[in-house]
Amino acid sequence: MKSSIDGSIARLVLLAGLVLIAGCERPPVETLQGGYRGTAMAEIINPRLDAIKAAANVVPTPIPAAPADGPLASSVYQNIQVLKDLNVAQFTRVMLAMTQWVAPPDQSCNYCHGANMASDDRYTKVVARRMLQMVRHLNTDWKDHVGSTGVTCYTCHRGNAVPKNVWFTNPGESSETGLIAGNAGQNKPSASVGLSSLPYDPFTRLLLEDKNIRVISEDALPGSSRTSIKQAEGTYALMMHFSQSLGVNCTYCHNTRSFAVWDASTPKRTTAWYGIRMARDLNNNYLTPLKPVFPEHRLGILGDVAKVNCATCHQGVFKPLYGESMAKDYPELVGEMHPSEPPATPPATAAPTASLVPASMKSSN
Amino acid sequence: MAEYQNIFTRVQVHAPPYLGVPLPRGAWGRQKPVGFNHLLGRFGDAQIGPIYLGTLGLMSLICGFIAFEIIGLNMFASVHWNPVQFVRQLPWLALEPPAPSNGLHIPRLQDGGWWLMAGFFLTTSVLLWWLRMYRRARALGMGSHVSWAFLSAIWLMLVLGIIRPVLMGSFGEAVPFGIFPHLDWTAAFSIRYGNLFYNPFHCLSIAFLYGSTLLFAMHGGTILAVSRLGGDRELEQIVDRGTAAERAGLFWRWTMGFNATMESIHRWAWWFAVLCPLVGGIGILLTGTVVDNWYLWAVKHHVAPMYPHVFPPVIDPATLPGAPK
Repeated sequence: MKSSIDGSIARLVLLAGLVLIAGCERPPVETLQGGYRGTAMAEIINPRLDAIKAAANVVPTPIPAAPADGPLASSVYQNIQVLKDLNVAQFTRVMLAMTQWVAPPDQSCNYCHGANMASDDRYTKVVARRMLQMVRHLNTDWKDHVGSTGVTCYTCHRGNAVPKNVWFTNPGESSETGLIAGNAGQNKPSASVGLSSLPYDPFTRLLLEDKNIRVISEDALPGSSRTSIKQAEGTYALMMHFSQSLGVNCTYCHNTRSFAVWDASTPKRTTAWYGIRMARDLNNNYLTPLKPVFPEHRLGILGDVAKVNCATCHQGVFKPLYGESMAKDYPELVGEMHPSEPPATPPATAAPTASLVPASMKSSN
Repeated sequence: MAEYQNIFTRVQVHAPPYLGVPLPRGAWGRQKPVGFNHLLGRFGDAQIGPIYLGTLGLMSLICGFIAFEIIGLNMFASVHWNPVQFVRQLPWLALEPPAPSNGLHIPRLQDGGWWLMAGFFLTTSVLLWWLRMYRRARALGMGSHVSWAFLSAIWLMLVLGIIRPVLMGSFGEAVPFGIFPHLDWTAAFSIRYGNLFYNPFHCLSIAFLYGSTLLFAMHGGTILAVSRLGGDRELEQIVDRGTAAERAGLFWRWTMGFNATMESIHRWAWWFAVLCPLVGGIGILLTGTVVDNWYLWAVKHHVAPMYPHVFPPVIDPATLPGAPK
C-alpha cells in the first residue's frame, strides 16, 4: 500500500519534471564564441535543428541564362511598363521564374494573366509589377542591407503566392470590453514576439511608422531622456522578433552589457540598422500604396495590406537562404539591363500611387 | 527501524494538542478544533492550529482577497471568460498600470484604475498583515525581528509599485500584475536604464541574496551534522557550550579559520536576509531618479572594465551624412 503510494508520487514527480522541461530544446547545443573572452558573446547552435533549417532553405536550380541579344520585349508585347529594358528571352525567363516562385502550380500563368496577356484585369498582375519594381529598388538602393547577395522574388515567396511571413496591424482587443482593463497591446502568448508577453505588434510603431527605437538614455544622469519602460518593452518586442527571424541571440549584434553603445557592438548591427529603414521604406512606399489593388480577403482586420518584417525574407536564418546569392543568376532582377537606353530614373522611393492602379480597377474598388 | 534520537527525527510523536500560552485580555481566544496531519509532520510540526486570525488578520485577508479578485477577474475577462483559455494563458495575462501619458492622475477603471485599486488593496493587506505579525509577536512576549524582516520585503514592493513611480511622476513606471509580464517588465526596466547589473545597490542585493543561501546551507548543514552530539539544542549550547558547539566551531576554524557562534549565526542570517530587499529597494529608488543609465554611470566612475576591440570599428549609422532617418 505504502509503496504503491510512493510509486505514484514518484511518477507524479517525474511527470511534473517532464512537463517543466517540455519547452526546452533537445541537445546537442554548441556555442560559438563571437566577442572578446568573458563577454559571453556567443552564438548558440543546435546542429540537429540547423540541419532541418538548412534543408528548408535550399536555393532552387537557376533557369538557364537568356541570350543577351534579340528584340526588346516592349517592342513585341503590349503594356510592358517595368521590364522595358529586357529582350524577349530575358523577359520570358523572368515570367517563367515568377511562375515557379510565386504562382500556385494549379494556376500557373493564369494566376496573373487572363486570355489577353496584356490586360491589367487581374489584381495579382498589378501587384506583381510593383513587386518587380521593389526587387530592383532593393538590389539597387539597399545594398547597405542586402549587399551584393541581393534578393529575388523567391527570397520571400518560396513558392507561395503570399509570403508565409507577413504582418498586419494588430489592434488587439476591441474597446467593447467596457470597464474591463485593456491589455495595453501585450500579455498574449504571441508568436510575433517569440511567445513572450511583450507587445505583440511592435511592427506598426517601428517598421511602418518611424517611432524611435532607441529607448536607452544617452547620459548617465537624468534629464535628457523621457522614454518610458513601456517604450522599452516595444523595442524589446521588436528585438525578440529579430532574434526569432534570424535564428540568432542578442549577442549576434550587441554586447549585452550595453545594448545602446555602438563601439561595443558587432558590425552586423549596422546591417540590421539599415534593415529597419529598408522595411519602413518597403512598407510605406511599395506595400501600403497597393491597398486599393488588393481584394478584401488579402487585407488585415483594419483593411491594411500585408507588410514585411525581418522574417519575411530571413525565415529563421541569419542571412536569407544562408547568404547564397540567387540574384547573381538573375541579372534581370538586379537593375536595368540596358541603362544607356532610357534615361536612368532611380526607382522612386515614393512612386505616385495613382499610376499603380489601372483605371479599369479603380471603379471596382 | 527508525528510533527517536533527537528533535531532527523521522519519528512523529503524538501528544494532546498544545493550545499555547495564555493570551492577554481582549485578544481573541484560540479556536478549536486542532488536529494532526502526518504529511505535514514530515516537513514540520504535525499539529495544525490553533489559528489566531484576529481583526487585523481578517481585514488583511479581506483586502488581499479584493486585490486578488480585481487582478484575477480582469485577467479572466481578458480571455472573454473562457476558463480553458484562462488556464492556458494565465502565465501571460496581466493587469497593466496606466499608460505613461497618464502621469499621476487617477485614471478611468479600464485605463489603469483597476490596477491602482488592486495596488491599494494589496498594499493595505500587506501592511495589515505586517501589523498583525508585530502584535502577535508582542502578545507572545517575543522580540519583533520577524516583522522587521517582513517590512524589508514590503519596502522593496512599495518602492517598485508606488514610491518610485510617484517620484518619477508616472504610474506607468510601475510593475504590472502578472507572471510573465512582470518578468518582461523587469528586463525592460533594466534595458531602459542601461543595465541594472552596473547598479551597485543591485550588486549588493545579489550578494546578500546569494549570501543568504550560502549562510543557510552552512548553518543548516552544521547543526544537522552535530545534532547527534546535542547540537540541535542550539540555544542551550549558546549558554552552556557542549561538545556539539565546540566541534561545530572547530570545524569552521579548521576549514576557514573563523567561526560564527551559535548565537551570532542567526544575526548573520537575519541581516543578510533583511539587507537583500533593503539595498535592492535603494537601487530601484535611485534608478531613473538619480541615475538614468547605469552602464554609462559605471563607465564614468571607472567601475565598468573596458575590453579590447575584436571587431572592426562600428559607428552609429544615424550619425553618417545622408543616412536614412
